Amino acid sequence: MELQAVLMAAGGGSRMMDLTYNTPKPLLPVGNRPLIWYPLNLLERVGFEEVIVITTKEVQKALSADHRLKTDVKMRLDVVCIQEEADMGTADALRHIQQKIKTDILVVSCDLITDVALHEVVDLFRAHSATLSMLMSKVHEFTETVPGQKGKKKAGEQRDFVGVDVTGKRLLFMANEADLDEGLVFRKSIMRKHPRMLIKTGLLDAHLYCLKRSVVDFLVHNKSVTSIRGELVPYLVRKQFSKSLNSQNETEDSEKNQKQQDLLSTSKDEALLQLARERSCWNDHRGDMSEAYHGGKLRCYVHIMEEGMCYRVNTLAAYIEANRVVPKLFEDPPIHPGALVSERSLVGSDSIIGPLCQISDRTSIKRSNVGMSTTIKEKVKITNSIIMNGVIIEEGCNIQGSVICNNAVIGRGADIKYCLVGSGQHVEPEGENKIMFGNNNLDISDLFVYTMIVY
Amino acid sequence: NEGKELTKEEKQRLRKEKKQHKKNKKDDKGPPEKEKEKEKASVPAPSKPATQSPAHKAPAPVHASESAAAAEKPAKSKAELRAERRARQDSERTSKQGKKEGGQQSASSKPKATPNELQPVVKRLPEHVQVDDPAALKKLAKKLERQQVPLRSDYGYKVSLFSHLHQYSRKSPPTLQISIPATVIHPSIVRLGLQYSQGIIAGSNARSVALLHTFKQVIQDYSTPPNEELSRDLVNKLSPYISFLSQCRPLSASMGNAIKYIKKEISNIPSQCKEEEAKGKLQACIDSYINEKIILASEAISKYAIEKISDGDVILVYGCSSLVNHILCKAFEKQRKFRVIVVDSRPRLEGREALRRLVKKGIRCTYVLISALSYILPEVSKVFLGAHALLANGYVMSRVGTSQIALVAKAYNVPVLVCCETYKFCERVQTDSFVSNELDDPDDLIVTRNGKSHLENWQTVKSLGLLNLVYDVTPPDFVDLVITDLGMIPCTSVPVVLRVKNVDQ
Repeated sequence: MELQAVLMAAGGGSRMMDLTYNTPKPLLPVGNRPLIWYPLNLLERVGFEEVIVITTKEVQKALSADHRLKTDVKMRLDVVCIQEEADMGTADALRHIQQKIKTDILVVSCDLITDVALHEVVDLFRAHSATLSMLMSKVHEFTETVPGQKGKKKAGEQRDFVGVDVTGKRLLFMANEADLDEGLVFRKSIMRKHPRMLIKTGLLDAHLYCLKRSVVDFLVHNKSVTSIRGELVPYLVRKQFSKSLNSQNETEDSEKNQKQQDLLSTSKDEALLQLARERSCWNDHRGDMSEAYHGGKLRCYVHIMEEGMCYRVNTLAAYIEANRVVPKLFEDPPIHPGALVSERSLVGSDSIIGPLCQISDRTSIKRSNVGMSTTIKEKVKITNSIIMNGVIIEEGCNIQGSVICNNAVIGRGADIKYCLVGSGQHVEPEGENKIMFGNNNLDISDLFVYTMIVY
Repeated sequence: NEGKELTKEEKQRLRKEKKQHKKNKKDDKGPPEKEKEKEKASVPAPSKPATQSPAHKAPAPVHASESAAAAEKPAKSKAELRAERRARQDSERTSKQGKKEGGQQSASSKPKATPNELQPVVKRLPEHVQVDDPAALKKLAKKLERQQVPLRSDYGYKVSLFSHLHQYSRKSPPTLQISIPATVIHPSIVRLGLQYSQGIIAGSNARSVALLHTFKQVIQDYSTPPNEELSRDLVNKLSPYISFLSQCRPLSASMGNAIKYIKKEISNIPSQCKEEEAKGKLQACIDSYINEKIILASEAISKYAIEKISDGDVILVYGCSSLVNHILCKAFEKQRKFRVIVVDSRPRLEGREALRRLVKKGIRCTYVLISALSYILPEVSKVFLGAHALLANGYVMSRVGTSQIALVAKAYNVPVLVCCETYKFCERVQTDSFVSNELDDPDDLIVTRNGKSHLENWQTVKSLGLLNLVYDVTPPDFVDLVITDLGMIPCTSVPVVLRVKNVDQ
């Protein structure tokens, strides 16, 4: 087998606690499907037949109960549960399932929504026998207004500095602003081998990695590495240029610990591969006297998506943006056949209604996503909002630019603008809740709503 | 005239005698003799290939080959042989009557007139030079569909002289429709195909070695399904892989010979042989093939070639031939004093890689582009060329530009030596570079200077075609010596070597 897929779905969603304090991140509805469906769909589309899903017990229960998921996803899901309290990093999780891993792996995060042609990433991995191949995308500005945010998004997010070579494929340098003191520090060996390097900052890491089997063995021997993105990837990128005095880096030391049989066959094959490389008149760089890849055995590659959709739903802004964009991806009918929509209601063409909904007369729904089993009574106006599953909205409400979480109840005549109503909350009837855009004014009733959410 | 003078009875008598003679022969050689007579009669009418029914023509060459094969199997009883043959011919005739293939007809309308001592091999036009024939394309599409190999579509406008060849773009990789992870096609083969199509493994020797290495891995991972024999099933398993590789990049002559060798070795595995033993045997065969035909051959060729290099020589090389580089490095180690002129050409600019390797060794080099060839040639004392394949009529198939080098060198009376291992000898016959060639990605010809590429939108100009040829053929008159592992032979002795090889096998 060539690749095994590993889906990391145990993360907490720490950057959008408002949404995830009650619902685990993999089950958040985006476009009326659980978030975890999107990476699973991506893997299924390219041809995977089974996926190892690392998640918590809660999510596993929900997954096995979700009928729609069962019918939609035809792959075999091998669900591995880990304790939520153990606070495992992604690398720790890989160490945990080390026994199951028999070949190279493709690690995907559960919050990735993308339409990338996956063969671009995997072809880099295959053709260059790379140790790491990852996906990055140009960051798109978010256009939707986010409840609770005043003004444009500050550049509070730490920037990522990514250095690639002239072809734009080989990954030479990766550092996060948080790890740097004053400036970027480059090793001379990188500059000697690749005198022309392009440094990009506006890139989003999609958390999709192809890793060689030997990396998993390396993780087993180095228990200090906890996170793939935070520690493992920068380590591998740095190790490409480490002095070959150490010559075999740790990944190859662990390769020696493999079964003797493997070793014997690979050494002869290695000699043949080496012969083929020597006889081939190809080089990946020009201008110096070294052979292809500078003789290095560790290579990291990146595919940078210029166009196309790539979202990581780990912040509220990303969640809202994804909800906006995703319905256009799929050809599902916007109004699910299982929903009861009254004829005298107005549902815009860019809204989607989930199954088992009840939409009463004289309601108007524009540019919104309405989740499963939601009841919307008469004379309700919903614009630019996201309504999750099981919500009850009484008559005469006016909801604008807001996010209403699972099982909330909005009382009669409530006027909600740019708010986030948490799971299971009740909003008072006739409550006026609005946040002035760009202004620090908050009504008392807003505070009331927020205190209930934050508690 | 003589016939007219003979009386009717005498003619009849003659005919009876002939028939009797034939009947006696029939008991020795079987029915094909009669068909050979029919064949001889049909050959003088090659001008009407289209009107003849395919059933008449197509079995004829089949019979010819089978007759030769029959003569070599005296072990089986003649009656059994005859019965088998008849059954096979019947089935083939009915299947061929169903199809009307223009390409097949034109090819089979020139069967070998007389079976000579060489095995008359049935030659059909390979599909990769019939791209402008929709029937052949359909056949190829059906075959690929059956093997579950994705069909790679051609790209861009093709110059009319070369419209019978495939032209692929690097931007549409062959893995577009291959599932991730690759299940139908072995992952190593997918990797190899990608490396071929992106040019990471380029050069005749490198491609063959990589192919054999991958076959070793395929054989390692192979397990015989129940009720199947390894000798037959493994060959069937390899066919879709080979189709996939030829979709990525057309197979080279050396690869073709290597594949023939492997298939022969696999079919020769006795059925009692256990799977592990058979696999080990095959791996050993592959290792010994590489060792003999490539590694040891290059050592032998270096030894012969070094005799031809004297002190003070100025040697001209073209492009990056792994064998020529090896020879020059070995000669340098043996303390010969010479300098090298590396000639290079766009768009591949492989000479840069050759230059790097030679300079790294310490050899004094000069680098020119092929347009400066006639300027630099008066300085040159010898020309060493590598070859992609040596054809049966003595023509040398090599990187495009080689024939120019040989031509100009001949004009300046500079000796041209071609270095080629015997496993690259192929039985094809070609006198021009049009019939069978390879078209590379036309976008490689686009050059960007100061951020501007003038040819960027070449597809919008209807009358413009970009042609990126890969190979050309050099006539034997321009080549003075061919250095092979069997020795130094003139170009015209290639058919002799081929014959000797065939007899050995």
